Parts: sequence; structure tokens; C-alpha cells
Amino acid sequence: MSATVVHSLWTTAADPISKIDAPKIEYGQLSPTLIILGAAIVGVLVEAFVPRKSRYYAQLFVSVVALCAAFAAVVALAADGYATTKAGIAAMGAIAVDGPALFLQGTILLASMVGLFTFAERRLDPETHGNRVDSFAAQAASVPGSDSERAAVKAGFTTTEVFPLLLFAVAGMLIFPAANDLLTLFVALEVFSLPLYLLCALARRKRLMSQEAAVKYFLLGSFASAFTLFGIALLYGYAGSVSYGTIAQVVDGTISTVDPALADTMGNDALLLIGAAMIVMGLLFKVGAVPFHMWTPDVYQGAPTPVTGFMAAATKVAAFGALLRILYVVLPGLRWDWRPVMWAVAIVTMLGGAIVAITQTDIKRLLAYSSIAHAGFILAGVIATTPDGVSSVLFYLAAYSFVTIGAFAVVTLVRDAGGEATHLSKWAGLGRRSPLVAAVFAVFLLAFAGIPLTSGFAGKFAVFKAAAEGGAAPLVVVGVISSAIAAFFYIRVIVLMFFSEPRPEGPTVAVPSPLTMTAIGVGVAVTLVLGVAPQYFLDLANQAGVFVR
Amino acid sequence: MSFPLLTATAVLPAIGAIATAAVPAARRTAAKWLALLVSIATLALAIAVLIRFAPDGDRYQLTESHAWIADFGVRYELGVDGIGVALLALTALLIPFIILAGWHDADPLETGNKRWRPTQGFFALILAVEAMVIISFEATDVFLFYIFFEAMLIPMYFLIGGFGDRAHAGSDENAAAQRSYAAVKFLLYNLVGGLIMLAAVIGLYVVAGSFSLQEIAEARANGSLHMATNTERWLFLGFFFAFAVKAPLWPLHTWLPNAMGEATAPVAVLITAVVDKVGTFAMLRFCLQLFPEASKWATPAILVLAVISIIYGALLAVGQRDIKRLVAYASISHFGFIIMGIFAMTSQGQSGATLYMVNHGISTAALMLVAGFLISRRGSRLIADYGGVQKVAPVLAGTFLIGGLATLSLPGLAPFVSEFLVLVGTFARYPVIGIIATFGIVLAALYTLVLYQRTMTGPVKPEVSAMPDLRVRELVVVAPLVVLLIFLGVYPKPVTDIVNPAVKSTMSDVHKKDPKPEVEAAK
Repeated sequence: MSATVVHSLWTTAADPISKIDAPKIEYGQLSPTLIILGAAIVGVLVEAFVPRKSRYYAQLFVSVVALCAAFAAVVALAADGYATTKAGIAAMGAIAVDGPALFLQGTILLASMVGLFTFAERRLDPETHGNRVDSFAAQAASVPGSDSERAAVKAGFTTTEVFPLLLFAVAGMLIFPAANDLLTLFVALEVFSLPLYLLCALARRKRLMSQEAAVKYFLLGSFASAFTLFGIALLYGYAGSVSYGTIAQVVDGTISTVDPALADTMGNDALLLIGAAMIVMGLLFKVGAVPFHMWTPDVYQGAPTPVTGFMAAATKVAAFGALLRILYVVLPGLRWDWRPVMWAVAIVTMLGGAIVAITQTDIKRLLAYSSIAHAGFILAGVIATTPDGVSSVLFYLAAYSFVTIGAFAVVTLVRDAGGEATHLSKWAGLGRRSPLVAAVFAVFLLAFAGIPLTSGFAGKFAVFKAAAEGGAAPLVVVGVISSAIAAFFYIRVIVLMFFSEPRPEGPTVAVPSPLTMTAIGVGVAVTLVLGVAPQYFLDLANQAGVFVR
Repeated sequence: MSFPLLTATAVLPAIGAIATAAVPAARRTAAKWLALLVSIATLALAIAVLIRFAPDGDRYQLTESHAWIADFGVRYELGVDGIGVALLALTALLIPFIILAGWHDADPLETGNKRWRPTQGFFALILAVEAMVIISFEATDVFLFYIFFEAMLIPMYFLIGGFGDRAHAGSDENAAAQRSYAAVKFLLYNLVGGLIMLAAVIGLYVVAGSFSLQEIAEARANGSLHMATNTERWLFLGFFFAFAVKAPLWPLHTWLPNAMGEATAPVAVLITAVVDKVGTFAMLRFCLQLFPEASKWATPAILVLAVISIIYGALLAVGQRDIKRLVAYASISHFGFIIMGIFAMTSQGQSGATLYMVNHGISTAALMLVAGFLISRRGSRLIADYGGVQKVAPVLAGTFLIGGLATLSLPGLAPFVSEFLVLVGTFARYPVIGIIATFGIVLAALYTLVLYQRTMTGPVKPEVSAMPDLRVRELVVVAPLVVLLIFLGVYPKPVTDIVNPAVKSTMSDVHKKDPKPEVEAAK
């Protein structure tokens, strides 16, 4: 770099400062996120000031009220036209308030609400020392197997911190798909990732496994975040801005004013390509696409099951939302470069997830690999690069998240002496012992498999149709083949539940409180309604299918 | 708005299924009666459809059309042509007999478990299958058809896997393993076929922009919708593959003997006489109408596969030691005849094929249900375990013989007419294929008569010496079927009258005319 440029870096743009504009914040348009963030902080204060006995109820109350209020705010914004005609950019260009953002935020909030119910469940684990306990460790800081752990259990401690952690994660997820500049994207990524790392470590049973899962998730997640950050830096070097709109214009060539400080780097295609690849890589990690999926099975298995369900649903929604926005808003000019790569990723994700799932013997790992295969199906819709592609992905995400939370909620019910009985062999003959629970789980599995009259079929059809219309017919064929492979292992679980003889020492099905029942009931209802009469929701997704730039 | 009769025929059994499933565990018998009554009421509705249907009227009658999923271009469109009406009636007719024949098949072995209600489940699933099959015969929207074509696999799967034949050689554990193997094989074969069809369904939408059968067929006829030759062929293959798995056509047939062998006899009838007909029906309705050119292109290959099915199925039937598997292989042979009749592209062939579907349904039901009664008495499916039954149980043996003779297409019984029509229709255009297929009849005589001879004649085996003859309930099942077989054998006109106009329209879809008879010029 020449000395003159360095010099100009110090002196350029130093117009005399007359006044600094106060930042303009559109509180109304940001209200969903602000409500959740505020409630999360209230939750922290509750931990500090409310007596231990009543913390659980206070936290549950705050969380439910916050999620309801935030959802109401999203609906109000959408009804006000912010999803269509009034779509715009808020908070000094940091947040986009448009159809996809509001649709995804609504989905995340509803999924979180259902997830929250499974968090708050306290009837599944047997009472210890006369205290009702949930799925989370008595005291996270106590070493597993130590005296302090025993003391914490005896004292009836429960980790009510999970509620504010959940809310912080939700807040990050709400910002993630709405972020309109790369820095906001990164901040949101960290805001929802850090609470999730913590939540993963908090299992009451099998604590070592849970902590191991959290460490793996944290390490790999940090790598992914670092990649994203590096990519952001490179893109800034290329475009001289972190704003989505500006970068897109630089990519298109409509802006060519060179920031003198970046004269050497701006417009350098190598920076653009590598930077974009790194950001997309970070997002594909969160989505769980092959080859960035390695964390998924371990984390899904080790994390407390309510957390797994919440994470599998909400994280995927948020991450796909962000991915859509990056690809459709920032990098549409680059689509001839990223489409072939995403084709390859989608194909290996669909096939890889489906094939590896066949050999799994643990129900949570099986669902983890199945979620990978589903990420591949969704990617097929992402690749379509048409408005139909966006709306089909939105619909798929909504359909998928409720099936997922419901399925993991059922997993929490099947228990033996060691807690949840997740090994598949223990599920043998469940249909004999508890026909209703087995039938509900079968509905979820059939939805995962994409059998008609379930939401899974409607979603799969929407995505494949968009892909075929977008000229990706081979992807549809691969998708259909991996659906067939995937059907095999879903069916295998059904066979096991219904056609195998129950084992004498098999697990029992715990009777849950209305909380988990509601979670499962909502899951089944959404699965069937979206399967039989999806039109209303498809319309919604269609209206929400246009990004603002 | 007129009463939606077609919807009612499907909705009634669907509601019946839910109601039956909801009957409390202790009221098993009530569940059975409820299911039976619902199936009879459905039959009444089907008869109403038959009466309202005017064979010489519009091609699709009693049509209903409502918006459903506008976003996918899907409408809820129903309508029946002569072929659909015939199969609708067949389905509605057979279900009460299937329910009655399976009256005790799902009685729980263990009575301690209050929550386990297999009987309710069994009859509810049968009604669910009926609802889905009926709606696939009525759907004139490709997507609507596809949904139920796929969805019916699930109740079928539970029927096969959950309620196996209790007469099984070997231990219980072995039986359960074989049964779930058969159920999984059934499901995977059909699911793979269905998913490949899904790709073709999506492709069809991308090409045609609609799922309405009539719209697409019209657009194709008046030339406003042009399909590239290769596109049409790929789409045709996607559809045909699914239907050929379902039908089943050699070499995609291997799931059928397992499924029919392991399922209870009534469920086996449900598979082969009702559900599989959707496959052959769909070939006529969807393959020929949507892809006429590709159908003609594929005809030679399909005819060869059909002939292989006929001969191969018959040969394997001859070699079977298990009564139910024998019937299964005989069915494969018969499905070969049906597919051959469809793709012979002559009006005799296609009328014969449609008639064949009806007659095969009735004759297989008769044979298989009597075989089921026989098997339930002795507790074994092996032919070698029987002998001299006609001396002990003459009525059982007699009805078994009539069912068997119908299967081998004896003149005077219904299947003869259809088989004759199919062969004539094929011979007119493809004489060599026709000649080879005729050997299938010879083999049919071999496997049925040998089966009868080994089980029913000869010295009475000690194990069967105390075998009771058919009970009243069983007679109620068999007698009407036998009467129908004889009636339609002597006087098939009622069915052909309904079917023929529909066949004529299908033929015009593929732009085929019957070959003119050639008279060799006198020298």
C-alpha cells in the first residue's frame, strides 16, 4: 500500500462536523425483537431477585407473555402491510422488515412457544426428594457425580435460567433472518448461538454426554462463526460496505465509486468469491448441511431433548432465513457462481443424510440425520432462485419445525430407569403398550417421510415444484430418490413400534403435564392441517415471498 | 347444487373408519357390525352411482369440482367414466364380503391389555382403504389421484404387518418377522414407485401448468399443449413405473406373493382384488390419456413384459407349495392379461381388460376367501397338509372348485368372457403375443386343477377328518360371489354396456382404430 493512500486514509472525508444526526429507530417495526429482549432481561432479574420457590412460575409467565406479545406484534405488523406494501428497512439500515422476515419471525415465535412448553415440563422425571424437576441439571456449575451435585439435587434446585437463555436465543433468531447488514448478521448469530451452547450442556441425566455435546457444538460453532466473520471482512474489503443493498449494487456494478481507503481491494473478485463462500459456509453450518453437518448427530443426541427439539426447529428456520436473504439479496448477481456449488451441497446433503440415517440405532441421532436430509430438501427450494422458491422454503420451514418439535416431545415421554430411552431397540412394541403415543409418533414419522395428507408432503411438493420450475429437474430426481431412502428408516421405526413384540423390561411412557400434551397436540394438528388444507398458509408464504433491498 | 354423490361414496367409509376406530375396547362386536353396516351403506351409494350413470352420456359424469390448493394448481375434481363406475362398484361390492370373511381375524389373543384394540383397528383400516381406493377411481385431477394413490399404502401396510395370518408354519417370532418383512417390502416397493411418479407429476405440472385430466387431455387433443417427444416419454415412464409396481407387472411383482402369503385371506383379497386394480385402472385413465404418443411408443416393450408376467406367474403358481402364494402368482399371471389387454390398443382388448379387472376381483375373492376358510380350519397354508377335504366338507370343496374354475377361465364363468376378449383383441394386432399368452390358460388349468386335486380329492388325511363344513357366515360370503361369477359368465352385457363407451373414448385419445379384418383374396 502506498504512503499516499495511507495518508489519505487519515485525512479523507474529514468534513467539518456541524451536527451528528441522532440514530432513527423504528421501535414499532422492531417491537417483536425488543419485546423478547426485554423479557429476557426481566428473566435475568427474576433469577436475581425472586425467591427460588416461585422462580419457575415467574419465568414461565414472563416467557409465555413475551412470546405471545411478540407474536401479536408480528401479526400486527403483517396486518399493517409491513410484509408487502410497507416493507422497508429499519434501524438505520440494520434490520429489514419485510415479508420473509415477518413470516420467519412468526414461525420462530410459534415454534419457540411450543418448544417452551417442553422446556417447562416437570412431570416426566420422577420426583427427587419431593421436588418436581425438569429435564435440566439441578445446578449447572456442579461437577457431575460430585457432592455438590448431590446437594443441589437434594435441595431441589432447578435451572430456571433456561427460560431467559431461551428468550435470548429467540431474540437472536428473530434478528438473524431480518439482518440487513453483515455486522447485524454476525451479532445475531452470536446472540442466538451462545445461549444454545449453554442450553446444550444442561441435561439432568447423562450430564457428561451433554457437556461433551456442548463443547463440540461450541468449538465447531466458533470455527463457523470465525469463518463467517472473516468472510464479512473480505466482503467489506470488496464492497466498502457491510450493507446488503450496497454490496449487491457493487456486485451488479451499479456502484463504482471507490472508497479511496480501499482502492486496492475494492472490486477484487477473489475477495468477493472467497468472502461470500465463507459467509455461506457459516450459514450452512448452522443449517446442518453436508459437509458442515458433523456436529449435528452428537449435539442432537447429547443435548437435553427439549433443547434438541427447539434447536432443530428454530435454528433451522432462522439460519435458512438468513441464507435466503444472503443469496437472494446480496448475491443474486453471483448466482451463476453459487448455484453449481449449492447444487452439489444440496445433493450430498440429501443423499448423505438419508443414507447415514439408515444405520442409526439411537432415535435422537436418527432424527438428527433426518434433519440433515431435510436441510437438503430445503436447499433444493433455495436453489430455485424464483419467488416460488422463497415461498416454498418458507412453507417447508413452517411445516417442518412443528413436526420436529412434536417428534422430540414424544421422545421425552418414552422413559426407563435411566431417563429417556432413546435406543431404538427399547422402542420395540411401543404400539402395543401405548397405542396413542406410538400413533402420534407414527404421524410425525410419516410427515418426515413426506406421505400425502401430512404437512411433510405439501412442503416437499412445494419445494420440488419450485426446483423443477427453476430448472433444477435433476435435483428433484435426487430428492425423490433420497426420499425413498429416507422412507426406509422412518418405516423401520414404525415397524419396530407396531409389529415387534414388546420387551418385558422395556420403557414406560410417562404421562406428561398439559404443557407437553399441548406441544404434541399442536404438532399433530399443524401436521394434519398443513397436509390437508395448506392453501391458506401457502398464500401467506406467497405474499411473504419478496425481499426488501 | 346437486348432492355430491361421488364424494359421499368416499366420505362415508372414511367417517366409518374413524367411528369404528373410536369404539371402546370392550365393544368389539359393535365395531364389527358398525364396519359392516358402513360398507353396506357404501355399496348402496355405489349402486345409486350406477343407476345415475348414463352409459351413453358424457364421458365424465356426476362431476364435482372445487378449489383446493390453488397454489399447486390442484382442484378437488371428481368424475366417473364407465371404467371408473365399474371398478367403484366392484370395490363397494367386495368390501362387505371382506369384512364378513375377516370377522374373527382380528380378535385379540391377549385380553388383559385394555388399550390394545386390534379388532377396531383392523376394520377401521379396511374402511380407510376402501375410502382411498374409491376416491382414486373418481379423481380426475392428477394430484388428487396421486395423494390417495400414495396414502392408501399406509393403512394397507398396517393391515399386512399388523394382522398376519395365524396359520403359519414355524414359531410365532418367525411369523412376526416374515410378516413385517412382507409389509415393509410392500411399502417400499410401492413407495419407491410412488415417489418416482411424484417426480413425473411435478414434471407434468411444469410442462402442462395444470393437473386437471380433462384440461390436459383437451389441450393435447387440440394441439395447444405440445410436449417434446422425450419429455412425454420420461413422464410416461414415471407414471407407468408406479402403476406397474402396483399392478404388479413382472419384474416389479415380487412384493405381491410375500404380502398375500403373510396377510390374512381377506386382506390378501383386498390387496389383489381392490388395491391393485388402481394400478391397471390408472394405466387406462392416466397413461393413455395424458401420454398417448408415448404409450404407443412403449407398447411393444410393455406387451412383452405382460406376456412374461402371464407365463412366469403361471409357471411359478404351478410350483407353489403354499396355497396363498399360489393364488398370488396366479394373480400376477392375470394382471399380465389385463395389462396386455390395455396396451393391445384395440377396443376388444380394452373392454376385455376392464371386464377382466371386475371378474378377476370377484373370482379371486371367491377362491381366496374359501382358501382362507380352509386354512383357518387346519392351521396350515401348505398344500401337502390337505387331502380328501371334499369328503368331509363338500360345500367348501365345491365353492373352492368354482372359484378355481373361474380362475382358469372356464367357459360359462365370468372370467372366460374377459380373457377371451383380451386374447381376441391382442390377436387382432399382435398375433404372436396373443399365441404365447394363450399358453397361460393351459398353465392356469394345470395349477388350479392340481391344487384342487391335492387338497380336496384322494384319501382323507387324519388332520382334516374332523373339519367342519362352511358355516352360515362363510356361506353368506361365498354364495353371492359364486352367483355373480355364473351370472356374469352367461350374461356379461350389463358390465360391457357400461364399459364400452368409455373404452371407445380412450381409444380415440390414443388415435387408434381397431384393425380391419383382413380377408385373403380368393385366388
